[in-house]
Amino acid sequence: MILERGTPVLEDSATPNLVVQGISKSFAGARALDDVTLSVGYGEIHGLLGHNGSGKSTLIKILSGVHAPDSGHVRIGERDLPLPLPPGEFNRFGIAVVHQALGLVPSLSVTENLLVRRLVRDANPMIRWGRAKREAEALFSRYGLSLDPDALVSKLAPVERALLAIIRAFSELDDTAGDGGLLILDEPTPFLSRADVEQLFALVRALADRGTSVIFVSHDVDEVIDLTDRATVLRNGRVAASLTTRNASKSDFISAIVGRSLNMTRPPPRTIGATQAAVVTDLRASGLEPFNLTLRRGEVVGLTGLLGSGYDWVPYLLYGAKPADGGTLSVGGAEVAIADVTPSAAMRLGMVLVPGDRPGAAVADGLSVAENIALPVFGRLLPRLMVTGARINQHAATLAEDFDIRPREPERAVRDLSGGNQQKVVLAKWLQTGPDLILLDEPTQGVDVGARQQVYEFIRKAADRGASILCASSDHEQLEAICDRVLIFSRGRVVSTLSGDEITKHAITERCLNSLGGNLQGEAVNG
Amino acid sequence: MGDVIAGSQPTRSTVNQIRRGRPRFLAELERFALVLAWLVVIVIFGVLAPESFLTWPNFSTIFGSQAVLVILTLGLIIPLTAGDIDLSVAQVLTLSSMTIAVLNVGHGWPIGLAIAAALAIGVATGILNAFFTLFFRIHSLIVTLGTGTFLHGITLWISNSSTIGGIDWTLVQAVILTRLFGIPLAFYYAVAIALVLVYVFEFTSLGRKALFVGRGREVARLAGVPVTRVRLICFIASGVLSAIAGTLYAGTSGSADPTSGTQLMLPAFAAAFLGATSITPGRFNPLGSTIAVYLLVTGITGLSILGIDTYVQDLFYGGALVLAVALSQLVRGREESLTEL
Repeated sequence: MILERGTPVLEDSATPNLVVQGISKSFAGARALDDVTLSVGYGEIHGLLGHNGSGKSTLIKILSGVHAPDSGHVRIGERDLPLPLPPGEFNRFGIAVVHQALGLVPSLSVTENLLVRRLVRDANPMIRWGRAKREAEALFSRYGLSLDPDALVSKLAPVERALLAIIRAFSELDDTAGDGGLLILDEPTPFLSRADVEQLFALVRALADRGTSVIFVSHDVDEVIDLTDRATVLRNGRVAASLTTRNASKSDFISAIVGRSLNMTRPPPRTIGATQAAVVTDLRASGLEPFNLTLRRGEVVGLTGLLGSGYDWVPYLLYGAKPADGGTLSVGGAEVAIADVTPSAAMRLGMVLVPGDRPGAAVADGLSVAENIALPVFGRLLPRLMVTGARINQHAATLAEDFDIRPREPERAVRDLSGGNQQKVVLAKWLQTGPDLILLDEPTQGVDVGARQQVYEFIRKAADRGASILCASSDHEQLEAICDRVLIFSRGRVVSTLSGDEITKHAITERCLNSLGGNLQGEAVNG
Repeated sequence: MGDVIAGSQPTRSTVNQIRRGRPRFLAELERFALVLAWLVVIVIFGVLAPESFLTWPNFSTIFGSQAVLVILTLGLIIPLTAGDIDLSVAQVLTLSSMTIAVLNVGHGWPIGLAIAAALAIGVATGILNAFFTLFFRIHSLIVTLGTGTFLHGITLWISNSSTIGGIDWTLVQAVILTRLFGIPLAFYYAVAIALVLVYVFEFTSLGRKALFVGRGREVARLAGVPVTRVRLICFIASGVLSAIAGTLYAGTSGSADPTSGTQLMLPAFAAAFLGATSITPGRFNPLGSTIAVYLLVTGITGLSILGIDTYVQDLFYGGALVLAVALSQLVRGREESLTEL
């Protein structure tokens, strides 16, 4: 059901609106972008795809003026972009960005949200609300949107919010750039239903028909095929493919995203006992279909899917960190209603949770390494009502050795450590308790490559000891490295399961990318 | 993330080591900077006014009379450690001292019972503050701003807005008249409370858990710390200590007046934040707070001995609060504020 559109401006036929020429960018010695070149014509919708860590977000940040590239340049319309730009300045060059978070203020009205950036920019001391509202109405009706200018954004449906964010970005272009302009949509669709996505696409097409260039960032290959004229696929910071959508098949896209096979450090197959260690029955929560899972002793199960598919909620729900609606969990010989589980109850049942949000939920990073490690065991360090700082430090020193936490200075604040070492602190803090069920969310996020291998080792060692491990992750390489079984989620339910030798980074990615359309399920993708 | 980039990253920790590497004596100097500052203040005023400032009666008066402020500050740092702000401490102090006066003088209650009633007010206020903060999830700043004003209304009401004197002399005896080594007993009460708090903060798991509740509430919750209970306990403790401070306040003069105590809120905050730059820098701590109180009061006493007007108090305390917070931000590398304001 692709809508008919005017002739998209393609390839070399005309001067492109946006030219990204030979952009490279490194962070702390790690190359994020390497000689990336792409161009987008007037009125063209251009897809941008790639894995986490492919360089997509770095490119978007450069285009929106956050980072300056190390080399290369960006031209828009007739002008070179003087990168980096001060915040908000990119508007002046005819660029507008809609991030996934949309950037709306829920407690304000549609009109106020529409005006907010103009209020910041214009020195006009007087707001004429009547006129602003009429203008908003005119803008909405021109693009066939039925939004009430007085409605609070918090009362809008998710798709209406996305539409508002996009039309707002476009309206900011309208009065800044003479013609064309560039609209960057950074994954605006992951939480929308198919019908909503169509509505959103209709708007994007209507905007492109006015000559605006659109960069559409997405994980969803089907959406990219549906919407875009051309697409660029990034992989490991390089352009892996430049495709004309009309001439490319879905498997062209997928093999460009996945790339050729890399040597992986897949561990030798392990023999897992047949003993059931944890059984999740009928776990229910909003955004999740009833979920069932049986974990054996020593088994490592991965949960993954596209953004918004719900897999990343499961560890938090089981631990009682987020409220579940129902379901039962039996672990360590006890059976409990998941809705009643609290973190302290979960700890008593032998569960631990390593959250993905390290500074927010895993460590108090202003406090010392030793204090953070001691947090779950303060009670045990308390023989005679005296937990001295020395006792805490001494306890941490032993664990710092076991978990190779560098530097070996337990009294140092956690924030002074590298991401990898911070994560080792979190693992030491929780694995010291000898848990039976370990719940992980993105355990190697923000962890450097060297420490990553160590994190894998600690996880595997815990599994060898007999713990069951449930790991939510969007890092498919990691899942390949540690998992005995991988469950792939789409729209709140498990749509595919891989186990044993089937678990490859490719297979996981392919299943994820296909999870929405589903018609290529099982078809091999050659690298 | 790419396999391609493996090994090319310099480790961040080495960078940090270079950046963070600081001579040890600087760290020690930082810990005791407040004590040094106090000594410097004493020396300056000692030189400027040797006859009146550098006298034992002057210092023993400072030690004794400011014990009230020390205890109030100690009460304040308990919820601050757990990440809550209690703006009602000074009004709890005023109300509890007035309660003692009204019950003891007006209704003829024995002094012991009157003090018990004052402490009960501290407990009740703590519970009230905790209830609105925790149950309705309102920021403690707003809740305690309201309860404090409400309590002050009660103080004015029960006292008819006037000073009540003639409180049982045994209280005055026990607070200010009896001296040990020349210093009124009030000082030793404050020191005893400070030492108890040092024990709780430093050597019990409750103290460490409160610290986690303040610094990483979600971290604490996920580690099974009963966050709500810890915050409740901290509010109650602050109420009780404020009431104890109120009791000593009544005992210092044998009377209670409805307004002067409320002016202690700002000095208490100034001392709490100034104290957090010292002893265990970056953390609210009892010894640092105690030293900070005496540093501030010594400065003000010195200035008034030099004949400078009383408005200097406001200049001094107000300036000290902002400077103290700025200093503590420097100590913590400007990375996060001590409280989530």
